[in-house]
Amino acid sequence: MSKRSFITRLRAHLAYPSLLLGTAVLLATSLLALGHLATKTVIAQRQAEDLINSLAQVIPSSLHDNNLLTNHLDLPAKDGNQQVFLAMQGQTVTAVAYSRVTREGYGGPIRLLLGVAADGKLLGVRVLSHSETPGLGDKIEIAKSDWILEFNGLSLTNPPAGQWAVKKDGGHFDQFTGATITPRALVKEIRNGLMFFENHRSTLFQAAIPQPLSTTEPVKATFDNRDGGSQ
Amino acid sequence: MTPSYKQIIREGLWDNNVVFSQMLALCPLLAVTSTATNGLGMGLVSAVVLVCSNLLVSLIRNWTSPEVRIPVFILIIASLVTLVDLFMNAWFHELHKVLGLFIPLIVTNCAILGRAEAFASRHPILPAIVDGLMMGIGLTLALVALGAVREVLGSGTLFAHAGLLLGSSFSSIELTLFDEYRGILLMLLPPGGFLALGFLIAGKRLLERRTKNTHQPVPEANK
Repeated sequence: MSKRSFITRLRAHLAYPSLLLGTAVLLATSLLALGHLATKTVIAQRQAEDLINSLAQVIPSSLHDNNLLTNHLDLPAKDGNQQVFLAMQGQTVTAVAYSRVTREGYGGPIRLLLGVAADGKLLGVRVLSHSETPGLGDKIEIAKSDWILEFNGLSLTNPPAGQWAVKKDGGHFDQFTGATITPRALVKEIRNGLMFFENHRSTLFQAAIPQPLSTTEPVKATFDNRDGGSQ
Repeated sequence: MTPSYKQIIREGLWDNNVVFSQMLALCPLLAVTSTATNGLGMGLVSAVVLVCSNLLVSLIRNWTSPEVRIPVFILIIASLVTLVDLFMNAWFHELHKVLGLFIPLIVTNCAILGRAEAFASRHPILPAIVDGLMMGIGLTLALVALGAVREVLGSGTLFAHAGLLLGSSFSSIELTLFDEYRGILLMLLPPGGFLALGFLIAGKRLLERRTKNTHQPVPEANK
């Protein structure tokens, strides 16, 4: 009996399509599971490297002598905890970095990373991930345009509150040709991020003074007490 | 029954080009071709998936049954795209950061299902691979052509940010054609994509008529 005729007879069977589909799904799922297992640790490692690289872009290495990934605080925020990375020179917090998410972009959530110095001035802003239109809204990436550098050195009072908007809305910041929604969302979220900093300023900078690594718990407790006041 | 390789190459690159003749893949096409570089990236990743899916579909062509072949093909394509996404994220992380945006869009590329159904499921493995490769290159050329037209008219540049996609040695192909160019914004938006595509298709038809090379596209089985 040739192989061909065996398949032909098998195919004539009523249950064949269901079995075929079932087998195909089983194989595909196992392959995907294997693929996921094989890449999981590498991807996590790459993402950690990305995070370190991004943090280095918003906090100059001259400002800290600690490993940013090990010194961080979890502050309560609107949707879950807000992780804040602390840059420390000895026992003093010199700057902080934290991520913000805006859902007012054109193509889904945009994740930002903000670096803020002790005096409330932005050290830098970077876009961590987004799904804005390639060629239009993606100019928020540092790789595509210098636009995001415009925020360096700014604070809540510079430009004044009314000017924290794109030029089209009468504000200070440039929008892109063909993309106003994206920059508008970013300007708003960066301002929100600065307000978050302002609200938690005292705690952020007191946090590390006694003993940087062991204060996480007590700090968390004091935050829980006044939860809901800020943000 | 199986066409000659010369014929397959000709079909894929010109006569039966995925975009300009079959009018497939228009969704990812219009979404990413605002620059030539984006078109190139999308085209290359799609070509890889096309070759792999044609290979797999051709391998199992004697096992599939007519009732469930489409779900099986879709399953193969979607799994391939996910695996490509995972592997690129792990081992070609820099490239993934640039192309990552486009990868999920490949599933919406009906040209891949079209080739699986119209060619790979009816022909042996080698011609199926060649077909996938040629259709992929044809798609890439179309995407780059459309991206170039839209980019030049819309932003006044050509192959902007190519260095990010292909490595810094390719940054020399990045051109700024007009400094301080205000740009025709329409060309960067989806309607501009449709307009440019229309003119390119008309141009291709005209060229075919001029050269009296009216090689009629072989009607594929209805999809």
